[in-house]
Amino acid sequence: MTNSEMLQEKAKWVYQQTLKIHRRAPETRIASSLSAIEVFVALYYGDIMRFNPKNPFSSTRDRCIISKGHGSICMFPILADLGFFPSEELEHVCKAGSFLGCIPDPKIPGYETINGSLGHGLGVGAGIALALKRRKMEQSVFVITGDGELQEGANWEALAFASHHKLDNLNIIVDNNLISMLGFTDDAVSHGSLSGRLTAFGADCKEVDGHDVVAVHTDLVRMKALKEEKPKILIANTLKGHGIPSLENQGLSHVMGVKPEVLDQLLGMPL
Amino acid sequence: MIDTTKSQAMRDAFLAQLLSAMESDERIFFLSADFGSPVLDKMRTQFSDRFLNMGIAEQNLINVSTGLSLEGYIVFAYAIAPFITMRCYEQTRVNLALLSEVRDLNVNLVGVGAGYSYVVSGPTHQCLEDLSIMRTMPTMQVYSPSDHISAAMLVEPCIAHKGPKYLRFDVQALPMLYAETPPDMDQGFYIHGTGEKICIVATGYMVHTAMAVAKRLNETGKQAGVIDLFSLSRFSPEQLKQTLKPYSAIVTLEEGFHGRGGLDALITTFAIRQELSARLLTIGVEGGYRFDLGTREVLHENVGIGANAVFEKITKFMA
Repeated sequence: MTNSEMLQEKAKWVYQQTLKIHRRAPETRIASSLSAIEVFVALYYGDIMRFNPKNPFSSTRDRCIISKGHGSICMFPILADLGFFPSEELEHVCKAGSFLGCIPDPKIPGYETINGSLGHGLGVGAGIALALKRRKMEQSVFVITGDGELQEGANWEALAFASHHKLDNLNIIVDNNLISMLGFTDDAVSHGSLSGRLTAFGADCKEVDGHDVVAVHTDLVRMKALKEEKPKILIANTLKGHGIPSLENQGLSHVMGVKPEVLDQLLGMPL
Repeated sequence: MIDTTKSQAMRDAFLAQLLSAMESDERIFFLSADFGSPVLDKMRTQFSDRFLNMGIAEQNLINVSTGLSLEGYIVFAYAIAPFITMRCYEQTRVNLALLSEVRDLNVNLVGVGAGYSYVVSGPTHQCLEDLSIMRTMPTMQVYSPSDHISAAMLVEPCIAHKGPKYLRFDVQALPMLYAETPPDMDQGFYIHGTGEKICIVATGYMVHTAMAVAKRLNETGKQAGVIDLFSLSRFSPEQLKQTLKPYSAIVTLEEGFHGRGGLDALITTFAIRQELSARLLTIGVEGGYRFDLGTREVLHENVGIGANAVFEKITKFMA
């Protein structure tokens, strides 16, 4: 199997596992987790992120701040598969006594911060990136955010700061799924040209088809290596609810439920 | 060494002390939200790799502080009090108060401008809500010193104790209270005189008012005790209980809105929990936001916390 095929297989597998989690725990945000699968697969299986499941806070790790935390349920199977915690835990998502909730926090091995509230991750990531620079450490910081989350003003304070301090160890990935909770972000408060805005703030900015895991991987390799004294941003153009036809491109997909029989059908079997 | 020869602004004494700590402790990182002090010029030059002006951006100030602290820095974030507490309250709640439950961090928010200390700047710069909103976060340690010596003494516990902390500093140089005897930082309060029936528990600037009022009460034959509660979270409950137990009347005095969760709520709850039998009188800023101009003493009398107003309230309460 080539590396590309492996990534594609992993993306399919994570998709199925994410549906299964949602089938058992309908409280989880499925639509915003499905748009980000390829990004997380490329980061964690594509040799981009350096991590140590046996010592999640090892100083040699790359730091991954999953700022759109609710939209990262797809990370649960990835972290279990990579050995951060036993796969049996995936059976208990959102159940009493489990550490796997709807909004992930650092009680889950592999998570760095609390990100249930939006607009915090980029500033915290910038602080970490600054600390690494000042200590002359070569690890990278990744921040996963979304176009909806970028409506929060604190992001723009953080981006101006990251540009000013030439934080080229800061890698930002925007899951640009175009939809927030109540509809299309463009209908609420539009970013206009998102890449134009991000570039104007002094970042290196590139766009990619966020569901082409091989293309995402190629761009992440480039992004991580790029050191041009500015923060780097990859806009992953995605579909919210990707892989569930009744959710794709639906303004209210964030809060829409999916019937168990629909999930069974997509999984090709009853759970 | 803290200068005890003459009174100075809390921030100047604190920053001088911090500057000397930075010489031996490379973990200390200082961030300012475009807010200065003569000592900062020295810090900026001497420790340019551990000093940053964050610009006028308090939300990012907190988030960057969090990031630095997660990487092992001991962070001091410095700004005007109402802005560092209220502009970025949710950043503080999520990334400091909440996150400190699951990750190690040490971030110290240094706010200058307690109460009415920005006398003529009006209600945007005056800070009358911070004691209650900061202490409502269970992991936040709140300090409110009453002179530059007790302010500068906070550097050590700030470095030693993990977690988020808020330091409420007065703008003005207040008369020295601790030039002779330094307060016990672990105890968290200092007894400035023992009374017969009444004890006034005050914090910050109001300790000075409490002492002036106690002096007047003493002259009228009512011996009043005064306690400076400079640590509103990390004080010894047992020692405070033993100190307050003999009194039949406890008065709280604060430069913050009355009855809204500040020192008054703290002592009232404490008295209930410790089963103290004393009657309670709580004194704080009455009414709402004010646009009055005048000296601090005039402003205080206008809102019921000036020495005259306090003396009258206590006299009435004891009649």
